[in-house]
This record gives sequence, C-alpha cells and structure tokens, in this order.
Amino acid sequence: MTKNEIVSKLPYSKPFLFVDKLITINENGVEGIYTFDANLDFYKGHFKDNPVTPGVILTETMAQIGLVCLGIYLNEGKEIKNIGFTSSEVEFLKPVYPNEKVTVISEKIYYRFGKLKCKVKMLNENKEEVCTGILAGMIL
Amino acid sequence: MNKEEIIEKLKPIVAPFVKNEVAFANLTDKTDFITDLNINSANLVDIVLDIEEAFEIEIDNESMEKMLNIENTIAIIQTKLEEK
Repeated sequence: MTKNEIVSKLPYSKPFLFVDKLITINENGVEGIYTFDANLDFYKGHFKDNPVTPGVILTETMAQIGLVCLGIYLNEGKEIKNIGFTSSEVEFLKPVYPNEKVTVISEKIYYRFGKLKCKVKMLNENKEEVCTGILAGMIL
Repeated sequence: MNKEEIIEKLKPIVAPFVKNEVAFANLTDKTDFITDLNINSANLVDIVLDIEEAFEIEIDNESMEKMLNIENTIAIIQTKLEEK
C-alpha cells in the first residue's frame, strides 16, 4: 500500500482531517505532516482574538498520523470495521499557531490483540518538540 | 504453580486497571474483568501483556479471547506454564 493510499483510506474528512502527507511508514512507525489551515473554525474561539491550536486538536493530529495511519498500514489487506481512541497521555511544550506546519513522528510500542500503542511526538518547522506522549487505540 | 499462587501474582497486575474496588476486594473465580471489575478491552490487552511478562508465557489470540474472567485466566496460565 502506498503512503497516498493510506491517507485516502482515513475515515476522516474536512474539517476533521489532520493529515496532509506521510513521509515514511514501516512496521515500526510512521512520520507525517500537516499544516494547520488558518480558516479552521475553532480558531475563531480558541482563543478570542488570539488563535492558538487547541491541545485536543494537537492530540487528534498525533493520533490520526501516529495511530490511525500506522494502524491501516499494519492491517494491510484486512478490512477495518471500527477504530477507537482508547488512551492518551500528552505533554504540551510549545504553542502551535494557524498556518504552522507540523511533523508527527510515531514509534510503535506494541500492536497486539488489536491494540496499537505508540510513542508519538510533534515537531514544528524549527524542529522543536511541541508535544509528546503515549497514545493508544483499538482496531476492530 | 497452584491456583492461589497464580491469584497472588495476578492481583497486582490487575489492580491498576480496576474501576470497581469492591468487586476486586471480593474477587472470586467467576469475577469477570469487563462486567465486574469494569476494565475496558483496551486495558485488558495491557493486563494480558503484563501476564505474559510476569509468568514468562506467550498468549495467543484464541487464549486471549477466553481470558475474560479469573477462572479462565488461571486455567490458561496453568496450561501455558505446563507447555513450557
């Protein structure tokens, strides 16, 4: 499966698709990029007159690239009926503003019995870590 | 390893994921991880992985699917220990 095919199989669409492109993917992990569109609706309210990407959206972006794309790759050939986000433990280190391009790097900790657990970090264009954590999801 | 020894080794593995402390304190053979201890299926995977490490055994998918209560879990651990 090509990297583009994986992105096309994602079960999200605008305004809740937070993956532009995958850079690398293999059995052990994935790296992908996303640029936060300044027109995303939540910037109008988070915060008033001071748009900053919400931590939940950063977490979601890490999960879409780091768990879901990798999960699709690891399940190549098998049909995925359902996915569920099961846990996240994330630290936020720097703010991410509209139009910023981020890189998500995910390393698989394990994929057993349908549960994918990964160590995931997000970098900004200056290669500074903006958030880091452990995420897990179930693939059914 | 007898049943009591397995239970003693099992308790600290399960404890961090338990959402129903009363049911855990009154643990029996029939205690079900999901319906009695309110452990979700994602955390059940972590319990099974911790069991593999603690008992130095490997749990296959088929066994995992049966490991829903204490009784079955003990039986599977005993079988896997005997196979070693």
